[in-house]
Amino acid sequence: MEREALIRTMQSILGPEGVISEREQLRSYECDGLMNYRVIPELVVLPETAAQVQAIVRVCYDEGIPFVARGSGTGLSGGALPVESGVLIVLSRMRKILEVDIPNQRVVVEPGVINMWVSNEVAEDGYYYAPDPASQIVSSIGGNLAENSGGVHCLKYGFTTNHVMGAEIVLPDGSMVNIGGGKAPDAPGYELLGAFVGSEGTLGIATKITLRIVRKPEAVRTLLAAFKDTEEAGGAVSGIIGAGIVPAAIEMMDALCIEAVESAVQPGFPQAGAILIVELDGPAAEVENQFEQTLKICEENDASEIRVAEDDAERALFWKGRKAAFAAMGRISNDYYVQDSVVPRTELGKVLKKISDLGEEYGMRIANVFHAGDGNLHPLVLYDNNVPGEAEKAEKLAGDIVFTCLEHGGSLTGEHGIGEDKKKYMPKMFTTDDLNVMQLLRCAFDPHQICNPGKIFPTPRLCGERPGPFRMHPVQRAGLAENF
Amino acid sequence: MDTRTKNVSLEDLQRIVGEEHAWEATPDDAVDGVGSSFVAEPGSVEETSELLRFAAEEGLAVSPRGGGTKASLGNPPREVDLVLSTVRMDEVIEHVPGDQVVRVQAGIKLEDLQERLGGSDQMLGIDPPETKSGATVGGVVAANSSGPRRHRYGTIRDLIIGITVVLSDGTVAKAGGKVVKNVAGYDLSKLFTGSLGTLGVIAECNFRLHPRPEAARTVAVELASTQAAGEAARAVLHAQLVPSAVELHWGEDERLLTVLIEGIPPGVEAQSDTAYYLLRGFGEVRTLTQEEAGSSGPSGAGDEVALKIGAPPAELTGVLDSVLGACSRRRVTPLISGHAGIGVTYVSLSGGDDEAYVQVVEELREIWTRRGGSVVVRSAPPSFKERVEAWGPMGSRLELTRRVKEKFDPRGVMNPGRFAGGI
Repeated sequence: MEREALIRTMQSILGPEGVISEREQLRSYECDGLMNYRVIPELVVLPETAAQVQAIVRVCYDEGIPFVARGSGTGLSGGALPVESGVLIVLSRMRKILEVDIPNQRVVVEPGVINMWVSNEVAEDGYYYAPDPASQIVSSIGGNLAENSGGVHCLKYGFTTNHVMGAEIVLPDGSMVNIGGGKAPDAPGYELLGAFVGSEGTLGIATKITLRIVRKPEAVRTLLAAFKDTEEAGGAVSGIIGAGIVPAAIEMMDALCIEAVESAVQPGFPQAGAILIVELDGPAAEVENQFEQTLKICEENDASEIRVAEDDAERALFWKGRKAAFAAMGRISNDYYVQDSVVPRTELGKVLKKISDLGEEYGMRIANVFHAGDGNLHPLVLYDNNVPGEAEKAEKLAGDIVFTCLEHGGSLTGEHGIGEDKKKYMPKMFTTDDLNVMQLLRCAFDPHQICNPGKIFPTPRLCGERPGPFRMHPVQRAGLAENF
Repeated sequence: MDTRTKNVSLEDLQRIVGEEHAWEATPDDAVDGVGSSFVAEPGSVEETSELLRFAAEEGLAVSPRGGGTKASLGNPPREVDLVLSTVRMDEVIEHVPGDQVVRVQAGIKLEDLQERLGGSDQMLGIDPPETKSGATVGGVVAANSSGPRRHRYGTIRDLIIGITVVLSDGTVAKAGGKVVKNVAGYDLSKLFTGSLGTLGVIAECNFRLHPRPEAARTVAVELASTQAAGEAARAVLHAQLVPSAVELHWGEDERLLTVLIEGIPPGVEAQSDTAYYLLRGFGEVRTLTQEEAGSSGPSGAGDEVALKIGAPPAELTGVLDSVLGACSRRRVTPLISGHAGIGVTYVSLSGGDDEAYVQVVEELREIWTRRGGSVVVRSAPPSFKERVEAWGPMGSRLELTRRVKEKFDPRGVMNPGRFAGGI
């Protein structure tokens, strides 16, 4: 289909307001939260209803046009990076909270609804939506679903996948399917919802999502403890977990990170080699008892200072400092490169040492802020893009950090996703057979590979199509052949 | 399908798994009444792969088996040539207590694994009733078995973090890993959860673990009516209690809602008090002895028809009324239990004939499918299964479900016909 014809077709579905085709306007959609990769899409469309999404996808399917879905564009792996000559389907106009069902502890939303809105909506009833990525005031539920977003509290409460109970999805062929039980448990059939959540927009587009909400805990206690270095802080983490305590969150920041955060948002953190923020929540009697135990463990691990949040305001201050960590890097460095690898918790000490050695070897600064409870690291490699070669060096160093984590039994990514950014590393973690079998799922959902193509897998496996820009073979179009 | 060449001899299988690990099947090896020709017990992922590749070449229909506790789940298979038993693969591959993660071979018995983890004061947070009858971990994953504690810990899909599977052509693939937080690649461990051996053989699984609670107490309220059951469950659900289980027991003599509180002793004490005060308005409240509390769980053995109803949890009263109504009109006696906070209700039917059972199931299925739920036949005699499909309607996801099956098992040799949608 010619560009002009495509624009007219999309306008007939969405009205002139719902289609962006001017190059200057298209530019603002050229990347998501990861700005290293930029592609200007052929067209941006802004549907307001599920039926419009379905109609858009049908056109793409019939014409063999690749499409990419995008929520708020806060992703950090290039998962919503547009495809050249493809359509970018922006879901931020689908922002209705469709249903609040307190008796069943469910909220039904459109994909563009912002994460935080869900908690706000049910706060008065004593509930909240548990997954809390740092981006939660801007990131959308649809995007969270695509990435299986985590957050600081997922150590205890799980990830997006543990809180999405059902979804209406538009498949890449334009058909609409309901997966997951929604309000009822244990729907018969394959666990398609579990496979769909975290598939980074490559299996279809969710147009209606049923979320589980959680009762607010009776008690919350938060402490901030300062240590000489990350090793001592790590000792406290092991002590807490080893005591059978499951904190709502344990976060660690190293000296460089504290310095950046302090200069950006002034939370008044102590000067230290490392600080831990530990939060416990649950029934009051249990929390009080285990909080005392946690304080003792921090003391035993030579914490130089311990602050206990006296009220919600002080707790919010602790978290403000933590959640500002990425953005604060701008205070101490022109540019930074963030990784998201995971290591088994017991390997944290060794891996942090190796990361520090790598930093010295490369002569680059690395700030560490991470989810210590589940071993999810966020090493921030600091560099200056104005110095020729530094960006490449930073990326190479970040790659070495990833390999170190894999050597210690870890994963490439804990919550940011593979997307465009890390697909080249996938063969380091998975065999060719592993990746091919994953792509069987892709072929079942998206046989023509038009849905967010080129992401996750370094070598897209053909389900019956040739690589490169999508062209359907006439025999396939007639439904006469489909080779894997 | 008759073009398959099935001139396989026992020796062919023994060459792969060893002489003592393959035999001609006996009636005990039947899968839901359908007899098999052979049973083989591979001892490794490699042998499993070789066996499946061989089966594929020879066109054998394969039925994977763990502890064999779920042979009557689902529809009877269309055919079975080879039962592939995982019981020799029963090792803990890796358990680092500090990581709260365990990697196991699929054939390990859940009971054995729990005992082993107990040595480190940890547990896998799943407690299906089949644990005591020898269910394997792989079987629990394949059948998506669960028990009362799913109220707190979720189902096995919430606990599994990595998987190694062998597809019907012998391909070995893994997904996930051994860290709790991981979004690299598709989550095939969830896809295989509940797939009942129709996508491939589960060979290894990795799980996140939880600390074993130090103390436990079960508070129970006697229920006078279905209304009281629904209201009591709702009160518990919306309190700031964190129970491990909220169970319903609705029998001839006793009708109880029980709340299992676990954790550290002071927490258990305080929460039990709260539960006591919450429940007191609905009937007589008491603390169950350990023996009483341990004897719960869904029945469903023997020749009865056993059902599982999935419905929105707030509709508990409606579920009970629908079951009691449908049964009393046909003079069928129901025994009801369930996970009241989750919306899972187990019903076993007795005292009637097939015709009455069929009518009960069809009536319940009509009601609860319309309201977004499901009615699954967990076990039933063959005469009943000839008349009622075990899983019920699949709605809009049938076509997609079939496409997934076709990609993973294109020749349709893995447990053909047992699963939902005739898969």
